[in-house]
Amino acid sequence: MNPSLWMEWAPLLWKGLVTTVQVALLSGVVALFLAVLTGICRLSKYKLIRGIAYVYVMLFRGVSLLVLLFWVYFSLPALGIEFSAISAAVLAFGLNYGAFGSEIVRSSILAVPKGQWEAALALNLTPAQRMFRIILPQAVVRMLPPINNLMIELLKATSLVSFITLADLTFQSQILRGQFFGNTIELFTIVLILYFILSSCITLVARLLERKLSAGRM
Amino acid sequence: MELDWEYAFSILPTLLKGLKTALYATVVGFVIACVAGLVLALLVRVRVKVVKWVTNAFIEFVRSTPLLIQLFFLYFGLNKYFQLSAFTVGAVALGIHYSTYLAEVYRSGIDNVEKGQWEASRALNFSKGRTWTSIILPQAIPPILPIMGNYLIVVFKETPLLAGITVLEMLTRSKNILSRDWKPFEPYTMVGLIFLVLSLTMAIVFELMERRMNRRFTK
Repeated sequence: MNPSLWMEWAPLLWKGLVTTVQVALLSGVVALFLAVLTGICRLSKYKLIRGIAYVYVMLFRGVSLLVLLFWVYFSLPALGIEFSAISAAVLAFGLNYGAFGSEIVRSSILAVPKGQWEAALALNLTPAQRMFRIILPQAVVRMLPPINNLMIELLKATSLVSFITLADLTFQSQILRGQFFGNTIELFTIVLILYFILSSCITLVARLLERKLSAGRM
Repeated sequence: MELDWEYAFSILPTLLKGLKTALYATVVGFVIACVAGLVLALLVRVRVKVVKWVTNAFIEFVRSTPLLIQLFFLYFGLNKYFQLSAFTVGAVALGIHYSTYLAEVYRSGIDNVEKGQWEASRALNFSKGRTWTSIILPQAIPPILPIMGNYLIVVFKETPLLAGITVLEMLTRSKNILSRDWKPFEPYTMVGLIFLVLSLTMAIVFELMERRMNRRFTK
């Protein structure tokens, strides 16, 4: 235990933490967007749309995330498609976690009681109104706990960006490891705790949302 | 530019060596996860509050932090005192990380065993150990086997992280090939395809298994 050392580490770790949060937020938004989009497409009445969404889910759930990240960042430029490190990361994480989220969205929509669909139909609502005003708001409440877990998995996965030279929390901890050989246990314990705090923030937000969205519903 | 098949096949033997390491790490890691996961699931049920609290806190903490940092913690930190090989540390880290996930899976399996089974076991005057080994676990585990199978796939897909601690799995080997030949497209594409084919094949196998289980266990 050496608090004076911690003060020395703090600026770098803080910079890394900010990058980690940025990557996590951006990829989180992309992943959620893709999850809702493809989750709804999985339930489309058109076979082609269902098929495309299904292939997307199978494909991106089957790949290994780190390999996907390497492929997007190092291999795609050979085809003339180049990404900055952060866009490569956001793309790879968004695609991968969007596929996992897609299943959550789909199953939560299917879990909305049938009477709700029938009631919406009886009220002569358009398909879009039915989905966005009746079904989704109820499905979202069911989605929150599994989406919370998904976002924590995503946050953990952001540590992989250190492999493609993005200076996130993990990357900075690796740099500090090179300078402070004798204190690696302390260093990584602090980093683990920082990640744990970030995860707890996600859970906190999810709980608050859950309370807010389920008010008057359950 | 497209995939140069001849080149791709020329690097395949090296990649397959990496695959062997990855599969080996998967199996060792998964076995550790299964055993440690069961221990955690049982510890959570212990009646002593401290044990329960500490176990839950451990599960929560390990699940909420990145495997990569745990690898660094174990390999660059703790391993100073043990001097184990990178492979061993990697497999242990995979095992510990996923034991916390499997603990949840076991918990759901155990919770699904009907209460009457516990009562019957007590009525037959079975000891605690015997209750677990011949009544509860044989009924709790078969229904959760497909879910455990899915975690086997997850562990397999996480093995590239071991590149972070210098284990010579597929990604490390691709990086080495890349720094030799400087053709960035083929190695990672091949590794990606190998992962895709293997994990989809395993997913299909476990899905079939799940269907058979459902038929057997739904009354």
